[in-house]
Amino acid sequence: MPQHEHMERHRKLHGRRMDAEERERKKEARSAHKRSEFAQKVHGIRAKLYNEKRFKEKAAMRKTIAEHNERDNKHSNDDAVADGAVPAYLLDREGVSRAKVLSNTVKQKRKEKAGKWDVPIPKVKPVADDEMFKQLKSGKKQNKAWKRMVTKVTFVGENFTRKAPKYERFIRPTGLRMKRAHITHPELKATFHLDIIGVKKNPSSSLYTNLGVITKGTVIEVNVSDLGLVTTTGKVVWGKFAQVTNNPELDGCINGVLLV
Amino acid sequence: MSGLTWGGSMVGKTNPDAKLGYAGSKRGRDGEDLKSEDDLPSSVVIQLSAAKSGDDDTDTTNADDDENAFPPIDVPIDTNTTQLEALVNNLLNGDDEDEKKKTQTTPYAFYLSRVSPSGEAVEDIEIATSLMDAIKRANVLAAQSSSGASPISTEAVIKITYQPLAVFRVRPVTRCTDTMPGHTDAVLFVSFSGNGKNLASGGGDTTVRFWDVNTCLPKHTCPGHRNHILCLAWSPDTTKLASADKNGVVIIWDPTTGKMIGSPIKAHSKWITSIAWEPMHRNKLCERLVTSSKDNLVKIWNVRTQRVIATMSGHSDSVECCKWGGEGLIYTGSRDRTIKVWGAEGPNNGDVGKLVKTLTGHGHRVNALALSCDYVCRTGPFDHTGTAPADVDAAFAKAKERYEEVKSQGPERLVSGSDDFTLFYWHPRESKKPIKRLTGHQQAVCSISFSPDARHFASASFDKKIKVWDGRNGNFVATLTGHVGAVYQVAWSSDSRYLVTASKDSTAKLWQVSDYKKAKETLPGHADEVYALDWSPNGSAVATGSKDRTIKIWKH
Repeated sequence: MPQHEHMERHRKLHGRRMDAEERERKKEARSAHKRSEFAQKVHGIRAKLYNEKRFKEKAAMRKTIAEHNERDNKHSNDDAVADGAVPAYLLDREGVSRAKVLSNTVKQKRKEKAGKWDVPIPKVKPVADDEMFKQLKSGKKQNKAWKRMVTKVTFVGENFTRKAPKYERFIRPTGLRMKRAHITHPELKATFHLDIIGVKKNPSSSLYTNLGVITKGTVIEVNVSDLGLVTTTGKVVWGKFAQVTNNPELDGCINGVLLV
Repeated sequence: MSGLTWGGSMVGKTNPDAKLGYAGSKRGRDGEDLKSEDDLPSSVVIQLSAAKSGDDDTDTTNADDDENAFPPIDVPIDTNTTQLEALVNNLLNGDDEDEKKKTQTTPYAFYLSRVSPSGEAVEDIEIATSLMDAIKRANVLAAQSSSGASPISTEAVIKITYQPLAVFRVRPVTRCTDTMPGHTDAVLFVSFSGNGKNLASGGGDTTVRFWDVNTCLPKHTCPGHRNHILCLAWSPDTTKLASADKNGVVIIWDPTTGKMIGSPIKAHSKWITSIAWEPMHRNKLCERLVTSSKDNLVKIWNVRTQRVIATMSGHSDSVECCKWGGEGLIYTGSRDRTIKVWGAEGPNNGDVGKLVKTLTGHGHRVNALALSCDYVCRTGPFDHTGTAPADVDAAFAKAKERYEEVKSQGPERLVSGSDDFTLFYWHPRESKKPIKRLTGHQQAVCSISFSPDARHFASASFDKKIKVWDGRNGNFVATLTGHVGAVYQVAWSSDSRYLVTASKDSTAKLWQVSDYKKAKETLPGHADEVYALDWSPNGSAVATGSKDRTIKIWKH
């Protein structure tokens, strides 16, 4: 037994070894192995005593761990009120979608007026004319090159009638015409197959908008009358804007997100 | 229109020296038009008698025995309801000495009595516009022959019954006067007190709020519940408000101070679906109420002692609705497809909470119940002016008098609506068999409401339609279409001339009883589904509560 606090005195006079902390850490880390070696080796009454002592230690350890965990444990909190309050006559009814399906038309109109759209895909790679159009040769000698064929997906309205070939500068191939789109409602988290009503805006060019070209990022108007959305005045909303999120010309279908 | 024009047209023993025939000028003017109409004569003989509903078919057949019947009168066939009204008013009060009584006119509804070829009485039809129209409609119906009625003979005396309507008129609501924010979650229930002077609301934010009706400002905010408040109920004397939440806790509030009376009562283990107070004419103390819950139980409470009086455990599934009838019976509708009738009072100790009857018939869960005396039980001693009686005994007497008046019009009638898309019409005191099964809805029926005079009831359904039915026999009257979302709630004005409906499509709509074609007004403004609706018993305002967390007040 040390007669005085000579260890502390020495430490105060000369400081500690530079690697003292490191050695302590290592010793601590090694202690489990050491203890295990001893536990395997010991037998007889010493083993009995050792196991008894170790059992008590472990029980105390488990207790402290449980105490520390208490902070993170999830309690059934009585004060927390679940949201999504519904009246008694709607409680516990299956098959009734409780998702919010109302559109805020005021907000939508304001946005429309400002001409700015807070859309899911804000930036779109511009599509150049030479990517969009393919030159077609025409004339008896195939020496005229004023016709263009659209190489992207287009929407052509129901009432479109072709002009005479002489005046038809842009050709929209029937194979790339599409009438319906898969539109996801971001709040309902559900996708619907909806009719396209028209192309509202193609961000690359107004010419593309007029031609009804649908590329990634294009805002289209879709028919949502089946979704049962209503305005604040209680009218059924039937046309709603959606933005295209895929490259339809590559995928063969139009996917989009409803703008709410 | 003064009733005096009709004085000369009366034919019969009470007026022996009256001029025969019609003294007015109407017939001459319209004579040409009438001839062009199909073979109806220009005048018919009618006999007026006061209606008794409930057993409506028995007394109108033998009008000769009926002491209420007036002698037959010759009237032009194009007589309209206003003219008939004037006639009845004149017949009733015309020879009264009291000048005041003589001039006062009561509005009436008129019904054309019909008989089957074998002479039995068939359900009568309402005279909506004029006598001619009603006769034509009756003949069209008779031609269809499904009703079993023979056509109306214009040769015989036509029997007409009349029934008084409310003397006062509630002005239809047309505009939103106030939007009251305050709730921080959806508003699930709004309720006016019986005198129309207080408004309480409860919602998802777990507070009960009292509002000042005149200024539309918040009066008291009452925290105390720990889960969504699902229903509120004013005691008939309007001194207490009971609120119930999703945890199954009931709290009684004092509306003047906004403080709790007693402590919260943990009433049920699951949420409470509805509360009903004992009507004032049965007990002047207004201290008993009944709660129904998802945990299959129905309990009667004494709110003064905060003790349960009786626990009724006959239902095998969630009890969706409870009503305390005017005859000392409690009606509960449950998801186990039955309606049970329980005794609420009696000389013996075991009489309270005893099962009296089980009404079966529905094929799916029962969602809603409505009683013909709902309105008078709710308003208790307060009439449409909302004036308070002097003391408790006066209030008790007044409540009793008001109830007796309603009771005299017929037995207590119960209508139940269900998820099997039908309604059943019962006379629950007399029989456990339904009187009628009312079909027509295409989706679950969510809410039913009897008009205050019990002449009609309206049922709201998830199929976006409201149907109006005859409250005296359960006949179909009209379908109200216009909502584009499920209809959640329906409420009547206190004069029974208008009804207002709340829907999922974020609007409320106002309908006029005499014109079912189209909504009279659409009340837009809420930004989300309208969950709660109430029309003030004094007729001054309609309150709607919505998922958008606001309450809107609509006035004329």
